[in-house]
Amino acid sequence: METAILETIALRHVYSAGTPFEKTAIGCVDVRINKGELVALIGHTGSGKSTFVQHLNGLLKPTSGQVLYNGTDIFADKKTTHNIRYKVGLVFQYPEYQLFEETVYKDIAFGPKNMKLSDAEIDDCVREAARFVGVGEELFEKSPLELSGGQKRRVAIAGVIAMRPEVLVLDEPTAGLDPKGCDEIINNILEYRKQSGSTVILVTHSMDDAARIADRLIVFSEGGIFMDGSPHEVFSRTEDILRIGLDIPAPTAIAEKLRKLGLPVPEGIYTSEHLKDAVLSIKKGGCTNA
Amino acid sequence: MLKDVTLGQYFPGDTAAHRLDPRTKLVGVLIFIIALFSAVNWISYGIMLAVTIACIAISKISIKTITKGLKPLVVIIILTGLLNLFYTQGDVLISFWVITITKQGLKRALFMTSRIILLICGTFLLTYTTSPVALTSGLERLLKPLSKIKVPVHEMSMMMSMALRFIPTLIEETDKIMSAQKARGADFETGSLAQRAKALLPLLVPLFVSSFRRADELAVAMESRCYHGGSGRTAMKRLKMGSIDYLAFTLGFIMMFGVIALAYFGL
Amino acid sequence: MDKIIKIENLHFTYPGDEIPTLCGIDLEIERGSFVAVLGHNGSGKSTLAKLLNAILLPSDGKVTVSGIDTADKERTLELRRTVGLVFQNPDNQIVANLVEDDVAFAPENLGVEPEEIRRRVDDALKTVGMYEYRMHAPHLLSGGQKQRVAIAGILAMQPDCIVLDEPTAMLDPIGRREVVSTVSRLCREKGITVLLITHHMSECVDADRLIVLSEGKVVADGVPSDVFADADLLWSEGLSVPATTKLLYELNKSGINVPLTAIKTDDCATAVVNALNLVK
Repeated sequence: METAILETIALRHVYSAGTPFEKTAIGCVDVRINKGELVALIGHTGSGKSTFVQHLNGLLKPTSGQVLYNGTDIFADKKTTHNIRYKVGLVFQYPEYQLFEETVYKDIAFGPKNMKLSDAEIDDCVREAARFVGVGEELFEKSPLELSGGQKRRVAIAGVIAMRPEVLVLDEPTAGLDPKGCDEIINNILEYRKQSGSTVILVTHSMDDAARIADRLIVFSEGGIFMDGSPHEVFSRTEDILRIGLDIPAPTAIAEKLRKLGLPVPEGIYTSEHLKDAVLSIKKGGCTNA
Repeated sequence: MLKDVTLGQYFPGDTAAHRLDPRTKLVGVLIFIIALFSAVNWISYGIMLAVTIACIAISKISIKTITKGLKPLVVIIILTGLLNLFYTQGDVLISFWVITITKQGLKRALFMTSRIILLICGTFLLTYTTSPVALTSGLERLLKPLSKIKVPVHEMSMMMSMALRFIPTLIEETDKIMSAQKARGADFETGSLAQRAKALLPLLVPLFVSSFRRADELAVAMESRCYHGGSGRTAMKRLKMGSIDYLAFTLGFIMMFGVIALAYFGL
Repeated sequence: MDKIIKIENLHFTYPGDEIPTLCGIDLEIERGSFVAVLGHNGSGKSTLAKLLNAILLPSDGKVTVSGIDTADKERTLELRRTVGLVFQNPDNQIVANLVEDDVAFAPENLGVEPEEIRRRVDDALKTVGMYEYRMHAPHLLSGGQKQRVAIAGILAMQPDCIVLDEPTAMLDPIGRREVVSTVSRLCREKGITVLLITHHMSECVDADRLIVLSEGKVVADGVPSDVFADADLLWSEGLSVPATTKLLYELNKSGINVPLTAIKTDDCATAVVNALNLVK
């Protein structure tokens, strides 16, 4: 069996335990993330997905259960818990709000500096990360505050990539961006994964984004895992997805409607290309039948 | 976690203490403080204690909540007690080594600590039973006469209520930025004082930037909702004094004058 | 038809900027219509919103709402009461610690009588479906609920027109649906003119009219199905088209004759089925 790069065992997290405001954010989650996978975590606000990912890099301590990185418990000792942050890079929602340095270069270098790398290594990391997200070197000496919204976002993502994590976790990386900005970020992530071979976990509530890029979808609902499978498997269960308040990708909705109208469109379609091909193959089939 | 910090805490309820007009409660606390500082003997302190206990009972705030509120101030209370105990001249009661305790000192220590405890309890009762909004609007109305001499009373109370409104938002944001910087290896917990102060920069800079952005957006939002200062403004919730308020005032003044009289006539 | 908003030759440049944000916009919006404004970031759509209620004033040209010239300083309050603005970040537009106090803010500023304010606040909260939450603290609500409270705060002014500047950008799909269905209901049932600024294509599908802005100019204007039919234009503007249009566009290229205007999922599916049956 393949070794999982990240694994959670019976992970549970309860907020404000022992007070009247006690709330179980996640209850008993078992997940194995394999090396090199691109996984999308989907769920609406409050489904526990954001709480879950903050356990993966040791920011939140589980109420009970374990998180294993390459088989070792990340909460075993303080040093391991601290160092896991560099192995599992977490990009928060609206990461542009965390930029603080005077220049773009210094901000991207913040993580590597904390890792106590040499200046030459830091420089290497910064330039490489900036390249991945398409931040040109001419921006290095600018203040992050002077950049446009999309550029800030990419600088902030570079700040995490610069730590050369084995696993990159991104929480809603496209939130609030326009379609072009979304495409750019998504392409950056795909390119980064292709070149670095890293494991990528994408937290999102955009079904279209998830459908477009992920190998595997994990759907969260009410603090637990509701579905876990390939996009094809997950989007074959459209009714279940709609029931827990999530959207289905627009092409899936069209395919569904076509099926209702009597066209033999297969289940589990989730991209525009698949849909087009399915319709065209029906056309061909129709002609031969006639 | 920062989320556990509760500033100006308010416990919603529907007791007589909650229903009182905020102005009554503000003036009431003032009367209470005057009385407290006029109290000089056992009887007057007894009265103050009885009044405090009665108010706590009426407000249905649990004793546990009150003691929890007192906890952070325990050091100050004990220190005040000890200083008064050891540094008051008078008839020596006990004396050993460098420590001398006098009869007067013991009495003073007891009085001073009860004064502080009662003072804290009284003001706590005010914030526990009054929503921040009611408190600011009460304050605005009470201070209104000052606007005649060009004191910006409306602006001050508006700023106060905005500050109260944004405290939870800013706490949440601080938490978020802190986590985000920790994810990049920032360390807020260890190191020397200077190192720790420096480590706060990645937290404080984004917090300032975002506060300015928020303030800017808030100002635009307020303007587009027709805000143009205090002139011509009305209030949905008009403050109204009821019989219960007059009763509270009467009792409050009786208490105050009673305590002052006790002090004056030296009973 | 009665035109509620009239924009003539509108130019706007931010102080200190060299490039104008808006350059030569001419628009008329019909009273009671639901208009979507689409454009990528930096296309000038938020600036346009702020020009409609005199938060910003035109550098050149004229904006009139319900007959009030926005540059007329004497009538600014009247203007702002007529056009309400809802902004992107729900946290930065809620002013009070209690939902109902927040909704009361605008009528209080306008000096409305207390009993009347109470009536309007209750009405507004019921309209957006937030009446049960009137005694809640806003920071504990979900994003979609906060935006509905913000909308109620505008409704309490009894405006003729509501302009929403990317109100769903920070919301999840549930919140987005809540907000869009609320505003479209306001338009259909209460006859309030709605100007919805967005970059989510799916939110434009139900609008009466779709205006596309780019680099401070109107580049497309018409019924949504017609505007989306020109997919090439939208793609070149860095925008996308709904999945329905995309499918119809691709099918057309592959020789299946389907109308590009069937943008709603149901219409699209029917069009595809019909086209295939004809082929057979």
